[in-house]
Amino acid sequence: MLEFIGFGFMLFGVLAFVVSAIGLIRMPDIYSRMHIGAKSTTIGILLIISGAICIEPTWGWKLILLAIFVLLTNPLSSSVIARASHNVGVPYLNPNDIDEYREDKKC
Amino acid sequence: MFHIISILLLLSLFFSLYRFLHGPTLTDRVIAFDALSIMSLSLLIILALYFERSLYLDIALVFGLIGFLGTTLLGRFIEKGI
Repeated sequence: MLEFIGFGFMLFGVLAFVVSAIGLIRMPDIYSRMHIGAKSTTIGILLIISGAICIEPTWGWKLILLAIFVLLTNPLSSSVIARASHNVGVPYLNPNDIDEYREDKKC
Repeated sequence: MFHIISILLLLSLFFSLYRFLHGPTLTDRVIAFDALSIMSLSLLIILALYFERSLYLDIALVFGLIGFLGTTLLGRFIEKGI
């Protein structure tokens, strides 16, 4: 019974990966691509790790360590890329959008 | 069941590889590299479940560490150059 719950979790996680890959192709802007490339892959790998814990409960500590590691590092790398591309001056799709980081840098 | 999950995962890997090879700017390629490293980490977890070897989980941990270091270094390279 626990195996079927685990396979269900893993199927939803892979579905999140497929959504992320389609979004990487179809999104028009760099910032929106970064949005879908960071959040959706994080939820996908967390679902896959919880499914793996349900299938093999004896490997729990390694998988929990992996989940904590991904949860700590994935937003950090996404933030580094966002800050770097904003400092280089990658334009928005719509140039009239609200950009509070630029107004903060002017002060 | 593992076959369906692996086929869907390989499909998303190929879609992200398209953005990695074809992306117009450097930042697109770095974003696609980040997504590719996370996806191959989950492929390693599925391989560990399929072959029933817990050694692949250690490889997945080291792979995630190297992917994070590579993404951070590439972000710094975008911002300041070498």
